Amino acid sequence: MKRPARDNEDSERLISRRAALLGGAQLVFAGVLVLRLRALQLGQAEEYRLLADENRINIRLLPPSRGVIQDRAGAVLAANVQNYRVVLVREDAGAPRPALERLAQIIPLTPEQIDRAEREVMRNRPFVPVTVVDQLNWEEVARIAANAPAMPGISPEVGFSRFYPFGPEFAHTVGYVGPVSERDLAERETVDPLLTIPRFQIGKIGVEREREEDLRGSAGHRRIEVNAVGREMRELDRQEGRPGSLVQLTLDRPLQAFSLARLGEESAAAVVMEIATGNILALASSPSFDPNLFVRGISVADFNALRDNDHRPMSNKAVQGAYPPGSTFKMVTALAAFDAGLASPEERVFCPGYLEVSDRRFHCWNRNGHGRVNLTSALSESCDVYFYDLAQRVGIDRINAMAERLGLGIRYDLPLSGISSGLNPSREWKRVRRGAEWVVGDTINASIGQGYVLTTPLQLTVMTARLATNRVIQPRLVQAVDGVEQPIPEQPALGLSPAALAQVQRGMWEVTNSQRGTAYSSRIVTDDMRMAGKTGTSQVFSITAAERASGIRRQDQLPWNRRDHALFVCYAPDVAPRYAVTVVVEHGGGGSSVAAPIARDIVLAAQAGGLPPLEAYPQPQRNRIETMLREIESRIGPPASPNGLRGRA
Amino acid sequence: MSYLEYNIKRTPTGLAKVLYVNWALVLLLSAVASIGFLQLYSVSGGNFERWTEPQMQRFGFALVVMFVVGFVPLWFWRSMAGLAYAVSVILLLGVEFFGSIGMGAQRWLVIGPLRLQPSEMTKITIILAMAAYYDWLDVSKVSHPLWVAVAGALILFPAFLVFKQPDLGTALIIVGGGAIVMFVAGVSLWYWGGMAVIGGGLVSLVFASRGTSWQLLRDYQFRRIDAFLDPSLDPLGSSYNINQAMIALGSGGWSGRGFMQGTQSRLNFLPEKHTDFIFNTLAEEMGFVGSTFLLVLYLGILAVCIVAAIQSKHRFAALLILGIAGNFFLYFGVNMAMVMGLGPVVGVPLPLVS
Repeated sequence: MKRPARDNEDSERLISRRAALLGGAQLVFAGVLVLRLRALQLGQAEEYRLLADENRINIRLLPPSRGVIQDRAGAVLAANVQNYRVVLVREDAGAPRPALERLAQIIPLTPEQIDRAEREVMRNRPFVPVTVVDQLNWEEVARIAANAPAMPGISPEVGFSRFYPFGPEFAHTVGYVGPVSERDLAERETVDPLLTIPRFQIGKIGVEREREEDLRGSAGHRRIEVNAVGREMRELDRQEGRPGSLVQLTLDRPLQAFSLARLGEESAAAVVMEIATGNILALASSPSFDPNLFVRGISVADFNALRDNDHRPMSNKAVQGAYPPGSTFKMVTALAAFDAGLASPEERVFCPGYLEVSDRRFHCWNRNGHGRVNLTSALSESCDVYFYDLAQRVGIDRINAMAERLGLGIRYDLPLSGISSGLNPSREWKRVRRGAEWVVGDTINASIGQGYVLTTPLQLTVMTARLATNRVIQPRLVQAVDGVEQPIPEQPALGLSPAALAQVQRGMWEVTNSQRGTAYSSRIVTDDMRMAGKTGTSQVFSITAAERASGIRRQDQLPWNRRDHALFVCYAPDVAPRYAVTVVVEHGGGGSSVAAPIARDIVLAAQAGGLPPLEAYPQPQRNRIETMLREIESRIGPPASPNGLRGRA
Repeated sequence: MSYLEYNIKRTPTGLAKVLYVNWALVLLLSAVASIGFLQLYSVSGGNFERWTEPQMQRFGFALVVMFVVGFVPLWFWRSMAGLAYAVSVILLLGVEFFGSIGMGAQRWLVIGPLRLQPSEMTKITIILAMAAYYDWLDVSKVSHPLWVAVAGALILFPAFLVFKQPDLGTALIIVGGGAIVMFVAGVSLWYWGGMAVIGGGLVSLVFASRGTSWQLLRDYQFRRIDAFLDPSLDPLGSSYNINQAMIALGSGGWSGRGFMQGTQSRLNFLPEKHTDFIFNTLAEEMGFVGSTFLLVLYLGILAVCIVAAIQSKHRFAALLILGIAGNFFLYFGVNMAMVMGLGPVVGVPLPLVS
């Protein structure tokens, strides 16, 4: 290492120079780094802080509790009940299959449930709890809890699910909830993020569906910190949501229960309205079904049974069923004539049992004829010829207008599913929809509620209430939301001629109170409960000339679905009416023999505020009625408790 | 860790050397290492044994090695330089033909129970060799084309072998280390200018080769370059790392989120948080103040080394110090530039910290 000194000095100077140069370059580079740090950490700090928060902060929704639905007196029609379920966490349980098989030894599990749970477990991240089954009973929960040490990662949890204590009684009106479907999402413009929560339930039919927004409430949320794989590390804050609103309906549970029970096995509907408010007190459709089946996920067999039943249990016949009103439409024809001044109530018409119009013979139901009839006797005896005669003079335009005035052909805005508007036919309608001109025969058919006319039990109830009061009564189903009384629709005067209406009311009174009335046997004898009404028996198939020639067959000889519909509309009491009731029994036979007795029982129950009082019935009927009422009473049970129900989703 | 003090007027021997140990350097090194310990403790979520303890052991061991190396007379290292270089090259060739493959690259050589990574060793031996070479070479011949070519060959041959493994980062560090020694040894600036021109041409060539049959870089290497040029192209793919690293760094702000409070690192959004991207966890938790402080410490180490080199009477010693300091600079410079999004992600750790 010995070198000439000069050489060394030169070399040292060179190295020093270059070392300084290198150091300078390094300093410059360091300067660039500092500038970069300054730009990122001081200039863009806010931006990056936001990005870091976006990374780590997740917002989880807190589903609000669904609003309870009550009847007018506060009886709970749709409740939220605790629902025990068992969840599996993969990271604690290890392989899901053996864990599920161990669980299956403790509580009953089908192979499908195990398969489905395993699939769902594997699809989620290992720390996500996956529900294996829900709707467990206490005993099962206890068994799982007792075996918890032997089954890591499997634990019972509690949630809430919808429960309908009265089961079938309110299946059509209150409806039911179910999981959100693709269709539910597709039909909404903006989707509440709540709907994307797995297993979240929304209203599917009835009030549950139509008042969904009120009942659902709004989601709360909690902000949680998650790590890179999405595991929750801690909760940052929590904001509770607004629970769903309490929706109180105008329905009266005891009356609804009685009405449905009274309809029995028939394919039938009944509507009870409180006239002063338009409140719907009962809206029964028979047969019904248990909405709780749908909440838990109905089995294919159960669903098929409901779907294939020819009595259509899933249809809400009270508002969805559109029936030819038959003779219950005669008040419309009569008022159309009197209101236009084209006839007077006192005028008499001769009924020979038929009327010939343009070479066609229109028959009266009574082949022997009613002789000379005026309005009241035509109504009470339900003479058809009288109305054929009026119809020719009045024409379809006035009948159509009067039907609308009385509330027919109108789709009422109630929170129910599939409300039908019925059909109030007009010349215009026939031209557009049938491509044919209106002919006089159509008017004659319409005058007695046959032909094209279709009405729903709800519409007939509105009509009856308007006839009883000469006011524009509107139906109402929601009484209060969160304790806030909903407005009662105004009841402006209908403006019918009081004299003419009085005659129509007189006719309706005689239907049930005159010995010649078609529903005399369904009379009420207590003075302050008397009812006025009108029977209707509407043909489902027109009677052919050949059939008429061979003699009309008795109803009970016909196949069920070709029999006549039985209808009855009524209001009571006859003075200062309080309730309007409609009963329609599909293919029930005669309005007077089948529908009127049911309507009487229901309107008595409404007036009595409980079971119909026996003294309201004519003496000879009381024994039979008492037996029947006792039988009905036995069918009305107390509200079910959710624990009594078994089965799982 | 062998860049020990050579700022000595006369050669002390034996234990007397202790007096001449450059204590400023030891202090700076320890300070940087301590920051590393704290940061490793922090990113492990308060787990001392996970990363901090092994790092402390390594640092302690390195410190001992450093003193041992320092007490070995300088001439020994100078004489050893050629041999060390030769051994490195032979081992690199061994890797080329017998090496085991890990993570898509052939870097390890297994001899009996030993697992060697010869490319790491080469980073030091190249500096040793170049310092010895220029110590041996007459100063007047330093810029002679022949002797420059010899130096270039000595550097590029092992660098090429490493590049073939393939390990672009280390190859560049080897080239950089050797080049720094050439630079401080006084190779004419004309060569450096020429190099810049050729380098530019080479870069163009590399990019031109993409997708052709004579492609010069592996696909993943190209992808890293793409990710560097535009990290937003593919936020969850190859650019995920750098995006998350930038978020960690930027969100630190002026004074950081606090010790052990960095959300990006604590919640594992930041990949390689205890190795390549540890600077980002420091920047996140200690902010601009903390990250600049670390940079200043690094500059302090460089400054101490440069001063020592200038004061050194020994050409070999001065070249060695500057070479190792330069190498050190390359490490932290490349790492920091990379984690700040100023350079491609090449997998270079932060010296003394990660």
